[in-house]
Amino acid sequence: MDTEMNLFDIVGPVMIGPSSSHTAGAARIGCVARRLLGEDVAEARVGFCGSFARTWRGHGTDRAVVGGLMDVAADDARLRDSLDEAKRRGLSVTFEEIQLKGAHPNTVRLRLRGVSGKRIEVTGASVGGGSIEIREIDGLSLRVTAQKHTLIIAHRDTPGIIARVSSLLAGAPVNIATMQVARSAAGGKAMTTMELDELPPDEIVAALKVMKGVESVTLLRAD
Amino acid sequence: MDDSIASLLEKAGDGKISRVAAQCQAEQDRTDVAAVRARMARYLDVMRDSVRVGMNAERRSLSGLTGGQAARLFDAAAQGKTAGGPLLARAAARAMAVAECNAGMGRIVAAPTAGSCGILPAALLTAQEEYHLTDDQLTDALLTAAMFGQIIARRASISGAAGGCQAECGSAAAMAAAALVELRGGTADMCAQACSFALMNSMGLVCDPVAGLVEIPCVYRNVGGVANAFSAADMALSGLRSPIPTDEVIDAMQSVGDQMPACLRETGEGGVAATPTARQIARRVLGADGE
Repeated sequence: MDTEMNLFDIVGPVMIGPSSSHTAGAARIGCVARRLLGEDVAEARVGFCGSFARTWRGHGTDRAVVGGLMDVAADDARLRDSLDEAKRRGLSVTFEEIQLKGAHPNTVRLRLRGVSGKRIEVTGASVGGGSIEIREIDGLSLRVTAQKHTLIIAHRDTPGIIARVSSLLAGAPVNIATMQVARSAAGGKAMTTMELDELPPDEIVAALKVMKGVESVTLLRAD
Repeated sequence: MDDSIASLLEKAGDGKISRVAAQCQAEQDRTDVAAVRARMARYLDVMRDSVRVGMNAERRSLSGLTGGQAARLFDAAAQGKTAGGPLLARAAARAMAVAECNAGMGRIVAAPTAGSCGILPAALLTAQEEYHLTDDQLTDALLTAAMFGQIIARRASISGAAGGCQAECGSAAAMAAAALVELRGGTADMCAQACSFALMNSMGLVCDPVAGLVEIPCVYRNVGGVANAFSAADMALSGLRSPIPTDEVIDAMQSVGDQMPACLRETGEGGVAATPTARQIARRVLGADGE
Protein backbone atom coordinates (compact mmCIF):
# COMPACT_ATOMS: atom_id res chain seq x y z
CA MET A 1 0.00 0.00 0.00
CA ASP A 2 1.52 3.32 -0.97
CA THR A 3 2.12 6.24 1.34
CA GLU A 4 -1.05 8.19 0.60
CA MET A 5 -3.40 5.73 2.28
CA ASN A 6 -5.31 7.34 5.14
CA LEU A 7 -8.37 5.58 6.52
CA PHE A 8 -9.19 8.69 8.55
CA ASP A 9 -9.90 10.57 5.32
CA ILE A 10 -12.59 7.98 4.60
CA VAL A 11 -14.13 7.64 8.06
CA GLY A 12 -13.39 11.22 9.06
CA PRO A 13 -12.68 14.02 9.35
CA VAL A 14 -14.77 15.19 12.28
CA MET A 15 -16.41 18.38 11.07
CA ILE A 16 -19.30 20.78 11.48
CA GLY A 17 -21.93 20.29 8.78
CA PRO A 18 -23.46 20.65 6.40
CA SER A 19 -20.73 20.87 3.75
CA SER A 20 -16.99 20.38 3.95
CA SER A 21 -16.35 23.00 1.28
CA HIS A 22 -19.07 25.52 2.20
CA THR A 23 -18.69 25.26 5.96
CA ALA A 24 -15.43 23.68 7.17
CA GLY A 25 -13.32 25.27 4.40
CA ALA A 26 -14.94 28.66 4.98
CA ALA A 27 -14.13 28.48 8.70
CA ARG A 28 -10.50 27.69 7.86
CA ILE A 29 -10.20 30.70 5.55
CA GLY A 30 -11.58 32.91 8.34
CA CYS A 31 -9.09 31.44 10.79
CA VAL A 32 -6.09 32.07 8.52
CA ALA A 33 -7.24 35.64 7.83
CA ARG A 34 -7.52 36.31 11.58
CA ARG A 35 -3.95 35.07 12.03
CA LEU A 36 -2.70 37.22 9.17
CA LEU A 37 -4.31 40.25 10.79
CA GLY A 38 -2.50 39.31 13.99
CA GLU A 39 -5.07 40.77 16.37
CA ASP A 40 -8.77 40.50 17.23
CA VAL A 41 -11.09 41.61 14.45
CA ALA A 42 -13.19 44.71 15.10
CA GLU A 43 -14.85 44.96 11.71
CA ALA A 44 -15.21 42.49 8.86
CA ARG A 45 -16.64 42.97 5.38
CA VAL A 46 -17.26 39.53 3.94
CA GLY A 47 -17.73 39.17 0.17
CA PHE A 48 -19.07 35.87 -1.16
CA CYS A 49 -18.38 34.91 -4.75
CA GLY A 50 -19.64 32.09 -7.03
CA SER A 51 -21.33 29.14 -5.34
CA PHE A 52 -20.66 30.79 -1.98
CA ALA A 53 -22.73 33.77 -3.12
CA ARG A 54 -25.60 31.47 -4.11
CA THR A 55 -25.90 29.20 -1.08
CA TRP A 56 -24.12 30.92 1.82
CA ARG A 57 -27.26 31.32 3.91
CA GLY A 58 -28.32 27.68 3.67
CA HIS A 59 -24.85 26.30 4.21
CA GLY A 60 -24.04 28.55 7.14
CA THR A 61 -20.99 29.86 5.27
CA ASP A 62 -21.49 33.22 7.00
CA ARG A 63 -21.42 31.61 10.46
CA ALA A 64 -18.41 29.51 9.49
CA VAL A 65 -16.35 32.47 8.25
CA VAL A 66 -17.20 34.60 11.26
CA GLY A 67 -16.44 31.69 13.60
CA GLY A 68 -13.06 31.35 11.91
CA LEU A 69 -12.42 35.08 12.36
CA MET A 70 -12.87 34.48 16.11
CA ASP A 71 -10.49 31.49 15.97
CA VAL A 72 -13.24 28.88 16.36
CA ALA A 73 -12.03 25.64 14.73
CA ALA A 74 -13.78 23.93 11.80
CA ASP A 75 -14.79 21.01 14.05
CA ASP A 76 -16.07 23.14 16.94
CA ALA A 77 -19.87 23.07 17.44
CA ARG A 78 -19.79 26.75 18.47
CA LEU A 79 -19.54 27.69 14.76
CA ARG A 80 -23.33 27.48 14.59
CA ASP A 81 -23.74 30.35 17.06
CA SER A 82 -20.85 32.50 15.87
CA LEU A 83 -23.00 35.41 14.65
CA ASP A 84 -24.48 35.84 18.14
CA GLU A 85 -21.04 35.55 19.68
CA ALA A 86 -19.69 38.20 17.26
CA LYS A 87 -22.48 40.54 18.29
CA ARG A 88 -21.68 39.91 21.95
CA ARG A 89 -18.01 40.76 21.34
CA GLY A 90 -18.84 43.89 19.38
CA LEU A 91 -17.38 42.48 16.16
CA SER A 92 -19.21 44.23 13.35
CA VAL A 93 -19.81 42.08 10.25
CA THR A 94 -21.41 42.83 6.90
CA PHE A 95 -22.01 40.37 4.08
CA GLU A 96 -22.19 41.04 0.38
CA GLU A 97 -22.38 38.99 -2.80
CA ILE A 98 -19.56 39.93 -5.14
CA GLN A 99 -18.08 38.93 -8.48
CA LEU A 100 -14.37 38.35 -8.89
CA LYS A 101 -13.04 37.70 -12.35
CA GLY A 102 -11.58 34.21 -12.81
CA ALA A 103 -12.06 33.27 -9.16
CA HIS A 104 -12.62 29.70 -7.95
CA PRO A 105 -16.37 28.97 -7.56
CA ASN A 106 -16.11 28.92 -3.75
CA THR A 107 -14.31 32.15 -3.02
CA VAL A 108 -14.59 34.59 -0.14
CA ARG A 109 -12.95 38.01 0.13
CA LEU A 110 -12.38 39.33 3.64
CA ARG A 111 -11.72 43.00 4.36
CA LEU A 112 -10.75 43.19 8.00
CA ARG A 113 -10.00 45.94 10.49
CA GLY A 114 -8.39 44.91 13.75
CA VAL A 115 -8.92 46.33 17.23
CA SER A 116 -5.81 48.52 16.84
CA GLY A 117 -6.98 49.83 13.47
CA LYS A 118 -4.74 47.54 11.41
CA ARG A 119 -6.29 46.53 8.08
CA ILE A 120 -5.88 43.56 5.77
CA GLU A 121 -7.62 42.14 2.72
CA VAL A 122 -7.53 38.38 2.19
CA THR A 123 -9.10 36.35 -0.60
CA GLY A 124 -9.40 32.59 -0.17
CA ALA A 125 -10.95 29.65 -1.99
CA SER A 126 -12.45 26.50 -0.52
CA VAL A 127 -11.18 23.92 -2.97
CA GLY A 128 -12.98 20.78 -1.75
CA GLY A 129 -13.16 18.42 1.21
CA GLY A 130 -12.44 21.29 3.60
CA SER A 131 -9.10 22.15 1.97
CA ILE A 132 -8.40 25.81 1.28
CA GLU A 133 -6.12 28.08 -0.71
CA ILE A 134 -5.44 31.68 0.22
CA ARG A 135 -5.12 33.30 -3.21
CA GLU A 136 -4.46 36.96 -2.43
CA ILE A 137 -3.28 39.08 0.49
CA ASP A 138 -3.48 42.88 0.19
CA GLY A 139 -3.58 42.67 -3.58
CA LEU A 140 -0.59 40.33 -3.93
CA SER A 141 -1.28 37.00 -5.62
CA LEU A 142 -0.05 33.87 -3.89
CA ARG A 143 -1.16 30.38 -2.96
CA VAL A 144 -1.21 29.24 0.66
CA THR A 145 -2.88 25.94 1.62
CA ALA A 146 -1.85 25.99 5.31
CA GLN A 147 -1.41 22.20 5.18
CA LYS A 148 2.22 22.54 6.22
CA HIS A 149 3.75 25.00 8.66
CA THR A 150 3.78 28.20 6.64
CA LEU A 151 5.61 31.49 7.12
CA ILE A 152 4.10 34.53 5.47
CA ILE A 153 6.44 37.49 5.48
CA ALA A 154 5.44 40.94 4.27
CA HIS A 155 8.52 43.01 3.44
CA ARG A 156 10.05 45.63 1.17
CA ASP A 157 11.39 44.38 -2.15
CA THR A 158 15.10 44.93 -1.42
CA PRO A 159 18.16 42.86 -2.38
CA GLY A 160 19.26 40.22 0.13
CA ILE A 161 16.19 40.03 2.28
CA ILE A 162 15.21 36.53 1.16
CA ALA A 163 18.79 35.35 1.71
CA ARG A 164 18.75 36.74 5.27
CA VAL A 165 15.43 35.04 6.03
CA SER A 166 16.50 31.69 4.62
CA SER A 167 19.88 31.73 6.34
CA LEU A 168 18.17 32.43 9.67
CA LEU A 169 15.91 29.41 9.07
CA ALA A 170 18.87 27.29 7.95
CA GLY A 171 20.58 27.97 11.25
CA ALA A 172 17.63 26.62 13.28
CA PRO A 173 17.73 24.22 11.33
CA VAL A 174 14.39 24.48 9.55
CA ASN A 175 14.03 23.10 6.03
CA ILE A 176 12.10 25.14 3.45
CA ALA A 177 9.85 22.81 1.44
CA THR A 178 8.41 25.35 -1.00
CA MET A 179 8.71 29.11 -1.48
CA GLN A 180 6.91 31.87 -3.39
CA VAL A 181 7.70 35.55 -3.77
CA ALA A 182 5.24 38.18 -4.97
CA ARG A 183 5.64 41.97 -5.23
CA SER A 184 3.60 45.00 -6.23
CA ALA A 185 6.47 46.65 -8.12
CA ALA A 186 10.28 46.64 -8.10
CA GLY A 187 11.36 48.10 -4.78
CA GLY A 188 7.75 48.07 -3.57
CA LYS A 189 5.65 45.96 -1.25
CA ALA A 190 6.55 42.25 -1.37
CA MET A 191 5.38 39.03 0.22
CA THR A 192 7.32 35.81 0.66
CA THR A 193 5.58 32.61 1.69
CA MET A 194 7.49 29.53 2.77
CA GLU A 195 6.18 26.07 3.55
CA LEU A 196 8.40 24.50 6.18
CA ASP A 197 9.14 20.90 7.13
CA GLU A 198 9.75 21.83 10.76
CA LEU A 199 8.07 24.32 13.07
CA PRO A 200 10.51 27.20 13.57
CA PRO A 201 11.34 28.00 17.22
CA ASP A 202 9.77 31.14 18.73
CA GLU A 203 13.11 33.00 18.86
CA ILE A 204 13.58 32.56 15.11
CA VAL A 205 10.12 33.99 14.42
CA ALA A 206 10.89 36.86 16.81
CA ALA A 207 14.18 37.55 15.01
CA LEU A 208 12.39 37.58 11.65
CA LYS A 209 9.93 40.15 12.94
CA VAL A 210 12.66 42.67 13.75
CA MET A 211 14.70 42.05 10.61
CA LYS A 212 15.41 45.16 8.54
CA GLY A 213 12.88 45.53 5.71
CA VAL A 214 10.40 43.08 7.21
CA GLU A 215 6.96 44.53 7.95
CA SER A 216 5.12 41.58 9.39
CA VAL A 217 5.53 37.86 9.96
CA THR A 218 2.75 35.31 10.31
CA LEU A 219 3.38 31.69 11.19
CA LEU A 220 0.56 29.29 10.35
CA ARG A 221 0.99 26.02 12.19
CA ALA A 222 -0.18 22.87 10.42
CA ASP A 223 -2.83 20.93 12.35
CA MET B 1 -1.10 -4.28 -1.86
CA ASP B 2 -2.71 -2.67 -4.89
CA ASP B 3 -6.05 -0.90 -4.83
CA SER B 4 -8.24 -3.96 -5.18
CA ILE B 5 -10.63 -5.89 -3.01
CA ALA B 6 -9.05 -9.06 -4.38
CA SER B 7 -5.63 -8.24 -2.90
CA LEU B 8 -7.25 -7.03 0.33
CA LEU B 9 -8.90 -10.47 0.71
CA GLU B 10 -5.60 -12.16 -0.06
CA LYS B 11 -3.91 -10.10 2.63
CA ALA B 12 -6.67 -10.81 5.16
CA GLY B 13 -6.51 -14.59 4.60
CA ASP B 14 -8.61 -16.27 7.27
CA GLY B 15 -8.44 -13.15 9.47
CA LYS B 16 -10.54 -10.05 9.66
CA ILE B 17 -10.36 -7.03 7.35
CA SER B 18 -10.22 -4.78 10.42
CA ARG B 19 -6.89 -6.32 11.46
CA VAL B 20 -5.35 -5.61 8.04
CA ALA B 21 -6.81 -2.09 8.09
CA ALA B 22 -5.41 -1.26 11.53
CA GLN B 23 -1.97 -2.59 10.58
CA CYS B 24 -1.83 -0.66 7.28
CA GLN B 25 -2.87 2.59 8.95
CA ALA B 26 -0.40 2.10 11.81
CA GLU B 27 2.43 1.62 9.29
CA GLN B 28 1.34 4.74 7.44
CA ASP B 29 1.15 6.84 10.62
CA ARG B 30 4.38 5.34 12.02
CA THR B 31 2.46 4.39 15.13
CA ASP B 32 0.96 1.24 16.63
CA VAL B 33 -2.37 -0.47 16.13
CA ALA B 34 -3.57 0.66 19.56
CA ALA B 35 -3.19 4.34 18.58
CA VAL B 36 -5.11 3.79 15.36
CA ARG B 37 -7.92 2.05 17.22
CA ALA B 38 -7.98 4.75 19.90
CA ARG B 39 -8.46 7.44 17.26
CA MET B 40 -11.25 5.49 15.58
CA ALA B 41 -12.86 4.96 19.00
CA ARG B 42 -12.99 8.75 19.42
CA TYR B 43 -14.74 9.03 16.06
CA LEU B 44 -17.28 6.49 17.31
CA ASP B 45 -18.00 8.79 20.27
CA VAL B 46 -18.59 11.72 17.89
CA MET B 47 -20.95 9.55 15.84
CA ARG B 48 -22.94 8.64 18.94
CA ASP B 49 -23.21 12.31 19.92
CA SER B 50 -24.37 13.23 16.43
CA VAL B 51 -27.26 10.74 16.73
CA ARG B 52 -28.26 12.28 20.04
CA VAL B 53 -28.14 15.85 18.69
CA GLY B 54 -30.06 14.91 15.54
CA MET B 55 -32.85 13.20 17.52
CA ASN B 56 -33.87 16.55 18.99
CA ALA B 57 -37.42 17.09 17.74
CA GLU B 58 -37.10 20.89 17.90
CA ARG B 59 -33.85 21.33 15.99
CA ARG B 60 -34.07 22.70 12.44
CA SER B 61 -31.56 23.33 9.68
CA LEU B 62 -30.64 26.93 8.78
CA SER B 63 -32.95 26.83 5.76
CA GLY B 64 -35.74 25.24 7.80
CA LEU B 65 -36.09 22.53 5.14
CA THR B 66 -35.14 19.63 7.42
CA GLY B 67 -34.91 18.80 11.10
CA GLY B 68 -37.10 16.99 13.61
CA GLN B 69 -37.90 14.16 11.19
CA ALA B 70 -35.59 11.64 12.86
CA ALA B 71 -37.50 12.06 16.12
CA ARG B 72 -40.76 11.27 14.36
CA LEU B 73 -39.28 8.14 12.80
CA PHE B 74 -37.94 7.01 16.16
CA ASP B 75 -41.34 7.55 17.82
CA ALA B 76 -43.05 5.58 15.06
CA ALA B 77 -40.57 2.75 15.63
CA ALA B 78 -41.21 2.79 19.36
CA GLN B 79 -44.96 2.65 18.82
CA GLY B 80 -44.68 -0.27 16.39
CA LYS B 81 -46.23 1.76 13.58
CA THR B 82 -43.63 0.93 10.92
CA ALA B 83 -43.71 -1.63 8.13
CA GLY B 84 -40.11 -2.84 8.27
CA GLY B 85 -39.97 -3.83 11.93
CA PRO B 86 -38.28 -2.13 14.88
CA LEU B 87 -34.63 -2.76 13.92
CA LEU B 88 -34.90 -1.22 10.47
CA ALA B 89 -36.99 1.69 11.73
CA ARG B 90 -34.50 2.49 14.48
CA ALA B 91 -31.63 2.30 12.00
CA ALA B 92 -33.56 4.60 9.67
CA ALA B 93 -34.19 7.08 12.49
CA ARG B 94 -30.50 7.13 13.45
CA ALA B 95 -29.36 7.61 9.85
CA MET B 96 -31.71 10.54 9.52
CA ALA B 97 -30.68 11.92 12.92
CA VAL B 98 -27.03 12.16 11.89
CA ALA B 99 -27.94 13.59 8.48
CA GLU B 100 -30.18 16.18 10.17
CA CYS B 101 -27.48 16.95 12.71
CA ASN B 102 -25.21 17.71 9.75
CA ALA B 103 -27.84 19.82 7.98
CA GLY B 104 -28.25 21.86 11.17
CA MET B 105 -24.54 22.70 11.50
CA GLY B 106 -23.92 19.98 14.06
CA ARG B 107 -20.70 18.03 14.59
CA ILE B 108 -20.43 14.84 12.53
CA VAL B 109 -17.89 12.36 11.18
CA ALA B 110 -17.74 12.38 7.38
CA ALA B 111 -18.33 8.73 6.41
CA PRO B 112 -17.19 8.91 3.71
CA THR B 113 -18.67 12.39 3.16
CA ALA B 114 -20.84 14.86 5.07
CA GLY B 115 -23.78 14.22 2.74
CA SER B 116 -23.72 10.48 3.50
CA CYS B 117 -22.66 10.72 7.14
CA GLY B 118 -25.71 8.97 8.64
CA ILE B 119 -25.47 5.51 7.10
CA LEU B 120 -22.43 4.02 8.81
CA PRO B 121 -23.17 5.22 12.37
CA ALA B 122 -26.81 4.17 12.04
CA ALA B 123 -25.90 0.66 10.89
CA LEU B 124 -23.28 0.13 13.58
CA LEU B 125 -25.07 1.67 16.56
CA THR B 126 -28.28 -0.17 15.72
CA ALA B 127 -26.38 -3.46 15.41
CA GLN B 128 -24.75 -2.72 18.77
CA GLU B 129 -28.11 -2.27 20.43
CA GLU B 130 -29.65 -5.34 18.81
CA TYR B 131 -26.74 -7.76 19.22
CA HIS B 132 -25.14 -6.37 22.39
CA LEU B 133 -21.80 -5.56 20.77
CA THR B 134 -18.94 -3.78 22.53
CA ASP B 135 -17.43 -0.44 21.49
CA ASP B 136 -14.23 -2.32 20.63
CA GLN B 137 -16.14 -4.43 18.13
CA LEU B 138 -17.69 -1.30 16.63
CA THR B 139 -14.28 0.35 16.39
CA ASP B 140 -13.01 -2.63 14.41
CA ALA B 141 -16.07 -2.48 12.20
CA LEU B 142 -15.33 1.19 11.45
CA LEU B 143 -11.82 0.21 10.36
CA THR B 144 -13.25 -2.45 8.05
CA ALA B 145 -15.69 0.08 6.62
CA ALA B 146 -12.87 2.59 6.07
CA MET B 147 -10.76 -0.05 4.31
CA PHE B 148 -13.53 -0.81 1.81
CA GLY B 149 -14.19 2.92 1.41
CA GLN B 150 -10.53 3.53 0.74
CA ILE B 151 -10.48 1.07 -2.14
CA ILE B 152 -13.73 2.47 -3.56
CA ALA B 153 -12.24 5.99 -3.34
CA ARG B 154 -9.07 4.87 -5.12
CA ARG B 155 -10.69 2.82 -7.87
CA ALA B 156 -13.74 5.05 -8.35
CA SER B 157 -14.81 8.06 -6.28
CA ILE B 158 -16.58 9.05 -3.10
CA SER B 159 -17.48 12.53 -4.34
CA GLY B 160 -20.99 13.42 -5.47
CA ALA B 161 -19.59 16.12 -7.75
CA ALA B 162 -17.47 13.49 -9.49
CA GLY B 163 -19.67 10.39 -9.41
CA GLY B 164 -23.16 11.28 -8.21
CA CYS B 165 -24.85 10.05 -5.04
CA GLN B 166 -23.92 6.43 -5.82
CA ALA B 167 -20.39 7.54 -4.92
CA GLU B 168 -21.51 9.03 -1.59
CA CYS B 169 -24.56 7.18 -0.19
CA GLY B 170 -23.78 4.13 -2.35
CA SER B 171 -20.22 3.94 -1.01
CA ALA B 172 -21.41 4.56 2.54
CA ALA B 173 -23.94 1.71 2.22
CA ALA B 174 -21.24 -0.60 0.84
CA MET B 175 -18.88 0.31 3.69
CA ALA B 176 -21.64 -0.22 6.26
CA ALA B 177 -22.70 -3.53 4.68
CA ALA B 178 -19.15 -4.87 4.92
CA ALA B 179 -18.88 -3.67 8.52
CA LEU B 180 -22.18 -5.32 9.47
CA VAL B 181 -21.03 -8.63 8.02
CA GLU B 182 -17.85 -8.54 10.10
CA LEU B 183 -19.88 -7.67 13.23
CA ARG B 184 -22.18 -10.65 12.60
CA GLY B 185 -19.25 -13.05 12.30
CA GLY B 186 -19.07 -13.28 8.52
CA THR B 187 -15.80 -13.95 6.69
CA ALA B 188 -13.69 -11.36 4.88
CA ASP B 189 -15.03 -12.70 1.59
CA MET B 190 -18.60 -12.23 2.81
CA CYS B 191 -17.74 -8.60 3.62
CA ALA B 192 -16.69 -8.16 0.00
CA GLN B 193 -19.91 -9.78 -1.25
CA ALA B 194 -21.95 -7.39 0.90
CA CYS B 195 -19.97 -4.47 -0.54
CA SER B 196 -20.80 -5.66 -4.08
CA PHE B 197 -24.51 -6.06 -3.35
CA ALA B 198 -24.82 -2.61 -1.79
CA LEU B 199 -23.00 -0.93 -4.69
CA MET B 200 -25.09 -2.77 -7.27
CA ASN B 201 -28.23 -1.66 -5.48
CA SER B 202 -27.27 2.00 -5.63
CA MET B 203 -25.69 1.99 -9.08
CA GLY B 204 -26.67 5.09 -11.04
CA LEU B 205 -27.98 7.07 -8.07
CA VAL B 206 -27.71 10.76 -8.95
CA CYS B 207 -26.71 13.71 -6.75
CA ASP B 208 -29.53 16.26 -7.02
CA PRO B 209 -29.57 18.52 -3.96
CA VAL B 210 -32.52 20.92 -3.87
CA ALA B 211 -31.27 24.53 -3.78
CA GLY B 212 -27.75 23.08 -3.71
CA LEU B 213 -28.09 22.33 0.01
CA VAL B 214 -27.14 19.06 1.72
CA GLU B 215 -30.73 18.42 2.83
CA ILE B 216 -33.27 17.26 0.22
CA PRO B 217 -33.01 14.47 -0.81
CA CYS B 218 -29.82 13.77 1.17
CA VAL B 219 -31.42 13.09 4.56
CA TYR B 220 -33.85 10.60 2.95
CA ARG B 221 -31.07 8.97 0.94
CA ASN B 222 -29.25 8.24 4.18
CA VAL B 223 -32.30 6.26 5.32
CA GLY B 224 -32.36 4.39 2.01
CA GLY B 225 -28.65 3.75 2.36
CA VAL B 226 -28.86 2.08 5.75
CA ALA B 227 -31.70 -0.19 4.57
CA ASN B 228 -29.56 -1.10 1.59
CA ALA B 229 -26.65 -1.89 3.92
CA PHE B 230 -28.68 -4.28 6.08
CA SER B 231 -30.17 -6.04 3.04
CA ALA B 232 -26.78 -6.41 1.38
CA ALA B 233 -25.26 -7.75 4.61
CA ASP B 234 -28.12 -10.23 4.98
CA MET B 235 -27.58 -11.56 1.47
CA ALA B 236 -23.88 -12.00 2.09
CA LEU B 237 -24.35 -13.60 5.51
CA SER B 238 -26.76 -16.14 4.07
CA GLY B 239 -24.01 -17.24 1.69
CA LEU B 240 -25.22 -15.53 -1.50
CA ARG B 241 -22.40 -14.45 -3.76
CA SER B 242 -22.37 -11.51 -6.11
CA PRO B 243 -22.11 -12.88 -9.67
CA ILE B 244 -19.89 -9.89 -10.49
CA PRO B 245 -16.61 -9.57 -8.51
CA THR B 246 -16.47 -6.56 -6.18
CA ASP B 247 -13.63 -4.83 -8.04
CA GLU B 248 -15.59 -4.99 -11.29
CA VAL B 249 -18.69 -3.58 -9.56
CA ILE B 250 -16.59 -0.67 -8.23
CA ASP B 251 -15.18 -0.06 -11.71
CA ALA B 252 -18.72 -0.12 -13.12
CA MET B 253 -19.75 2.55 -10.63
CA GLN B 254 -16.84 4.69 -11.76
CA SER B 255 -17.82 4.22 -15.37
CA VAL B 256 -21.45 5.18 -14.61
CA GLY B 257 -20.17 8.28 -12.81
CA ASP B 258 -18.12 9.24 -15.86
CA GLN B 259 -21.19 8.93 -18.05
CA MET B 260 -23.35 11.02 -15.73
CA PRO B 261 -24.08 14.53 -17.05
CA ALA B 262 -22.93 17.42 -14.84
CA CYS B 263 -26.55 18.34 -14.01
CA LEU B 264 -26.81 15.10 -12.02
CA ARG B 265 -23.56 15.57 -10.11
CA GLU B 266 -24.18 17.94 -7.20
CA THR B 267 -24.91 21.02 -9.28
CA GLY B 268 -28.52 21.14 -8.09
CA GLU B 269 -29.72 21.41 -11.71
CA GLY B 270 -31.16 17.95 -12.35
CA GLY B 271 -33.16 15.16 -10.69
CA VAL B 272 -35.54 16.27 -7.94
CA ALA B 273 -33.63 19.59 -7.77
CA ALA B 274 -34.98 20.47 -11.22
CA THR B 275 -38.65 19.98 -10.33
CA PRO B 276 -40.98 23.01 -10.22
CA THR B 277 -41.41 22.62 -6.45
CA ALA B 278 -37.66 22.41 -5.89
CA ARG B 279 -37.17 25.61 -7.88
CA GLN B 280 -39.78 27.33 -5.72
CA ILE B 281 -38.02 26.11 -2.59
CA ALA B 282 -34.70 27.36 -3.92
CA ARG B 283 -36.11 30.83 -4.55
CA ARG B 284 -37.60 30.90 -1.08
CA VAL B 285 -34.57 29.71 0.95
CA LEU B 286 -31.75 31.26 -1.05
CA GLY B 287 -33.23 34.73 -1.19
CA ALA B 288 -33.50 37.08 -4.14
CA ASP B 289 -30.26 35.97 -5.78
CA GLY B 290 -31.02 32.28 -5.41
CA GLU B 291 -31.80 31.54 -9.03
